[in-house]
Amino acid sequence: MQKFKEFIIEKLILISGLASIFFVILIFLFLLKEGLALLEFITPGQFLFGKNWYPISEPAQLEILPLILGSLLVTFGAAVISIPIGVGCAIFIAEVSPPSIKEILKAGIELLAAIPSVVLGFIGMVTLVPWVKNIFHIPTGLTALSGSIMLAFMAMPTIVSIAEDALYSVPKSYKEGALALGATKWQAIYRVLLPAASSGIFAAVMLGLGRVIGETMAVMMITGNAAVIPTSILQPVRTLTATIAAEMGEAVVGSEHYFALFAIGIVLFVVSFMINVTADLFLHRKKI
Amino acid sequence: MVKIKIEHLNIWFDSFQVLKDINLEIYENEILSIIGPSNSGKTTFLRMLNRMNELENGFKVNGRVELDQKNIKMLDAQFLRKKVGMVFALPLPLPLTIFENVAYGARIHGEKKKKNLEKIVEQALKKAYLWEEVKDRLNTSAFKLSGGQQQRLCIARTLAVEPELILFDEPCSGLDPISTAKVEQAMLELKESYTIVLVTNNVKQAARVGDRTAFFLNGELIEIDKTAKMFTAPLDKRTDDYIRGKFG
Repeated sequence: MQKFKEFIIEKLILISGLASIFFVILIFLFLLKEGLALLEFITPGQFLFGKNWYPISEPAQLEILPLILGSLLVTFGAAVISIPIGVGCAIFIAEVSPPSIKEILKAGIELLAAIPSVVLGFIGMVTLVPWVKNIFHIPTGLTALSGSIMLAFMAMPTIVSIAEDALYSVPKSYKEGALALGATKWQAIYRVLLPAASSGIFAAVMLGLGRVIGETMAVMMITGNAAVIPTSILQPVRTLTATIAAEMGEAVVGSEHYFALFAIGIVLFVVSFMINVTADLFLHRKKI
Repeated sequence: MVKIKIEHLNIWFDSFQVLKDINLEIYENEILSIIGPSNSGKTTFLRMLNRMNELENGFKVNGRVELDQKNIKMLDAQFLRKKVGMVFALPLPLPLTIFENVAYGARIHGEKKKKNLEKIVEQALKKAYLWEEVKDRLNTSAFKLSGGQQQRLCIARTLAVEPELILFDEPCSGLDPISTAKVEQAMLELKESYTIVLVTNNVKQAARVGDRTAFFLNGELIEIDKTAKMFTAPLDKRTDDYIRGKFG
């Protein structure tokens, strides 16, 4: 009887363990099946590198280069803003700030991570967007720049907390060794701590960017959603994620448009997957 | 010549007094060994000389420490630490190559020319008796060296900054007897051009390399004298007991 109980429990745990993997595989297979159906209508090259996204014209033009570039531009902008601030903040928290301020800052960062993206998007829409419009004297503030700024806020908590962990786990002795040689605080940070924590910091950046590229709600609300190839960061753009969210409701099931949205899903999946794998590689890379 | 003069030095960490009214002098080109059981304040004393204690929370000090007749409190901490080098208990190479470990100190003090750096690194490694063992693999990671080699690398790293005084904090506590002998040999050679303060838990090591020996107990300096005298006819009974291994 005891043995039977043991057997049941063991199998139940095994099943729950396998279930998560199983569901991921199912989702991936479904995505592949629906997405690859698009190949009947268009070649992969044209889908990825064509310039026109007119899903409801006759015949539909389903080419996602503008969307890819839109996503990349917004992500790139967010990276430029969030990496220096995030890494700087992590250095400050881990190495410079007195313990009392450190706790407050850490709590603040966690709070920032807890803000739902739709709220951030909403705040961006009513504060940031008019501000961008007035400063640059452009017809609309719904631009890639606005999206980048808001997304930088979303990437920052991830970057700060993981980079701070990485810095914190550098043995204290490295810093002492450097200081004992007469290094200043900054020299010790710059030449010893940062290199020693570099793989962790890189992983932090990648995970932050992974969050940015998959983010949907806020970008949909404030980037303007114009599916054209962007030539400047002050133009409205449309991202891959926003396209799926905005159009899935109106696409006819089984139509080209419907399959194209799934194909976009595959593209996103591949990009996020690559970013996460890279981050993971660096996080678990052996130190020299 | 008096290199370092310490007067009425008291140190607290929070409310605990670690050192009590220490007065002593350290002469140029001598090896002063400091012995005593753990928690006697030896390491705190050593870290006072290059002001590393300041990095800890709750540190308080009064009294006077002079280096070449100058109060070290008035000196710039970076300048002081360049003059007063330190070798730690555990060999702690930086996560860099062998070459970069030794060049690090010279670099932070402004040396940029590759040629000069190469010269500094070679000389420092030779003085630390490590050059022959590593000269063909200067660009490999310092972590690939053995423990004893790493400790000599740390000595070389300290030497590369051209200090006047070197503090050794139990430098052989993690080393085998052969590596220990090499480090001691290096110390005896270095005495010619540097002043050395050696904190050690190994009484025999103090007897082997120290010109003078100081005995610390519970934060007090019990006795300081020529090593030969300390080990044959100490004045204080507690010194005698400790040296004979009756406690600690």
